[in-house]
Amino acid sequence: MATATVDIDRLIYLTELTGMPVEGPNGLRIGRVREVALTPSQHPRRVSRFLIGSGKTRFMIRYDQVATITPSGIRLADDRFVPYYPDDNLLLLSKDLLDQQIVDVNGRKVVRVNDVALRIEHTSGRDEIWIQEVGVGLQSAFRRLAEGLMPGAAIRQIQRRIKPNAIPWEFCNIVEPDPRRRLKLRISHHRLGQLHPADLADIVEELGPAEREALFETLDNHVAAEALSEIKPKIQLSILKSLDKQRVADIVEEMAPDSAADVLSGLEEEESQEILKDMEQVPAAEVEELLEYEPDSAGGMMNTQYIALHEDAAVRDAIEALRGNEDLLKNLTHIFLVDKKEKLVGAVAAARLFVAGDDAPLRKLAFQETPSARLDDDRARVVELFDKYNLFTLPVVDDEDVLCGIVTADDVISVLNRES
Amino acid sequence: MLKNLRSRIAVFFAVLGPGFITAMVDNDAGGIFTYSEAGARYGYLPLWSLIPITLILVVSQEMCSRMGAVTGKGLSDLIREEFGLRTTFLLMVVLLLVNLANITANFAGIAGSLELFSVSRYISVPVGALVVWVLIVKGTYAGVEKIFLVASSFYVAYIVSAVLVEPDWQLALRSSVTPVVMLDGGYLALLVGLVGTSVAPWMQFYLQAAVVEKGIDTDRYGESRIEVIVGCIVMAVIAFFVIVSCAGAIWAHGPRQIHAASEAAVALRPLGQYAYILFAAGLFNASLFAASILPLSTAYSVCEGLGFESGIDHRFEEAPVFYWLYTLLIVLGAGLVLIPGLPLVRMILLSQVLNGILLPVILVFILILVNRRDLMGEWVNSGFYNTVAYLTVGVMVALSAVLAFLSF
Repeated sequence: MATATVDIDRLIYLTELTGMPVEGPNGLRIGRVREVALTPSQHPRRVSRFLIGSGKTRFMIRYDQVATITPSGIRLADDRFVPYYPDDNLLLLSKDLLDQQIVDVNGRKVVRVNDVALRIEHTSGRDEIWIQEVGVGLQSAFRRLAEGLMPGAAIRQIQRRIKPNAIPWEFCNIVEPDPRRRLKLRISHHRLGQLHPADLADIVEELGPAEREALFETLDNHVAAEALSEIKPKIQLSILKSLDKQRVADIVEEMAPDSAADVLSGLEEEESQEILKDMEQVPAAEVEELLEYEPDSAGGMMNTQYIALHEDAAVRDAIEALRGNEDLLKNLTHIFLVDKKEKLVGAVAAARLFVAGDDAPLRKLAFQETPSARLDDDRARVVELFDKYNLFTLPVVDDEDVLCGIVTADDVISVLNRES
Repeated sequence: MLKNLRSRIAVFFAVLGPGFITAMVDNDAGGIFTYSEAGARYGYLPLWSLIPITLILVVSQEMCSRMGAVTGKGLSDLIREEFGLRTTFLLMVVLLLVNLANITANFAGIAGSLELFSVSRYISVPVGALVVWVLIVKGTYAGVEKIFLVASSFYVAYIVSAVLVEPDWQLALRSSVTPVVMLDGGYLALLVGLVGTSVAPWMQFYLQAAVVEKGIDTDRYGESRIEVIVGCIVMAVIAFFVIVSCAGAIWAHGPRQIHAASEAAVALRPLGQYAYILFAAGLFNASLFAASILPLSTAYSVCEGLGFESGIDHRFEEAPVFYWLYTLLIVLGAGLVLIPGLPLVRMILLSQVLNGILLPVILVFILILVNRRDLMGEWVNSGFYNTVAYLTVGVMVALSAVLAFLSF
């Protein structure tokens, strides 16, 4: 859980700042602060504009026109005021942050903003306000509810007794659906792309549809593919429908063929054909083949990312094959042996390759008997085989015993988890 | 053409759930009590009110399911984002209290219906509370929704029970289309009560959240809209049969006031053992059904609006506030029923008055939100729709004022 990093006496809250009186250089009251804004393209933390209201008029001052800022008010250094006009380069703290959902990159979850904590920075001859953290817990909720109903000092007294829960500004990620504004405000989803795909998927599920779309538009294909594989099927579909076809093809191309087939099987026939047409030939062919099988059968569960060698091959050949397929190494547990008609004859545990000599024939290292499933075996049968033989990888063969693909333990765990 | 029709029907069943379940739960213990009272005291006369009630219900429910499908966000989420924490907090506190009264009313319904089968409330209520709690905490949304859909079919009990009573069908049908307003305090209060029990604030929150949870988007919204309308009509049909049962069984032999829905069941007894059992079983089903949905819906709405993790897909440690609130609502709701000498009928009436007062407020929020072009895009209300909706709010405000006036 995130906690406040700075003592609250050094902080000034957005709810206090809005409503704070503003005096001109001569000490005369000219209005109250209505809104404050950052200009992220110039500085990521410094409040750059103050929107001041006096009666019905609204005007704006720049940060370098401020002389001093104290908890009792703001004093200006000059009195050149500019009328307020909406500006896309400004991040308005009350309007754009309060009550909105943001992503806590560090805590890997979606949170709703209760209040914003800022601090006063004394620089050469004048004061600035820098954003510090975003309040999400009970403490900030209490402040928000009590502001204006009891004296500020009393609020702070009570606030001190509540456990703080705040997210440092550098870990706050705003999800802005409008791409133009995203650019102007320098909001990137780069850091979200670095999260584990499963965490990213959880975050995506919590967001609204517009925000989801925004995120997927900015993630790179590979990250988007990995995250998409982990998202609930219903939400997968709504994301795919919101993106343009070429982009969907690019993302699906990056997915493991079995996940890609799962995703596409949820779409209408026409749509999935269109996406397959836009993909590169080789991955498209693999996915298309997998789409033929019933989703609940061994054929529907399998993927085609395996290494198979001829039964006469030696350890040297196996190592050679591994070097040529580096993207498979992360999850590879076995190498499969086939005869010249591509019929499955055995399997060698990858770890055995390390302890055998280069010239050793793979056949000698293989198991006596290799359990396998048929393409049309149902899900229950696959789970049963995994359980009975304590497998990590199960080869799937057709009626002629020809090796077609493999089912891996992670697929089985997903199936079991969904069923429970 | 046939294939097209078949795929449309398939989509309809895929979206079946939110609208239908909401409308069914609407006929909860409080609803059945009010319908029974209507039939027992005034016979077939109040039947006409079901048509305007259905209209009001459709208008308010449709807006929420549309907002859910377009924005992908719950109603309390939207209220929070557009109106701020303080407004949301106040609204949630009131919603919590109102819904607690509703939950209590339904546990009272469980107690009353099972006492007809000689089960003590000190057994039925705790067991009912436990069943409700386990169902939600240990179940998944899809599984729970299936159970709810099955529970919806048990409302057929009321139709069978009405047939067994052998009421005057001709008179019933004629009364359904003949509006009668009498300047009689009791009758007016009853009309207000009928509307108040049929359009409740929690329904708006529940429906929108369920539409979002089900992942219905604008592509499938057409079917979802039909589902909402069908649900509202089925709700009115069941209300019709409850009123007719009591009109045939009680009013026809001498109009009188009843004090609990279970009393209506007892009155059916001379007309046949089956009518009696079915009516009582229907009441039990309705009460248990609503007692499962209301605490859940309340915990969802409050946590969403105030920014706590919510949802039965989360584990207890991930969403502690959600689960504690849910548990507390069940424990309090069931616990209140067990306090000896507590006036349960007054509790049910109170829950309806509170519903009636909160509803116009919620409807105004809904109308503001549903007309925001930046939220809804092309899905904002049409001018005609707005006229109907504002008229609905106006009628609801007037009725609630009358109801509040009459009950104090």
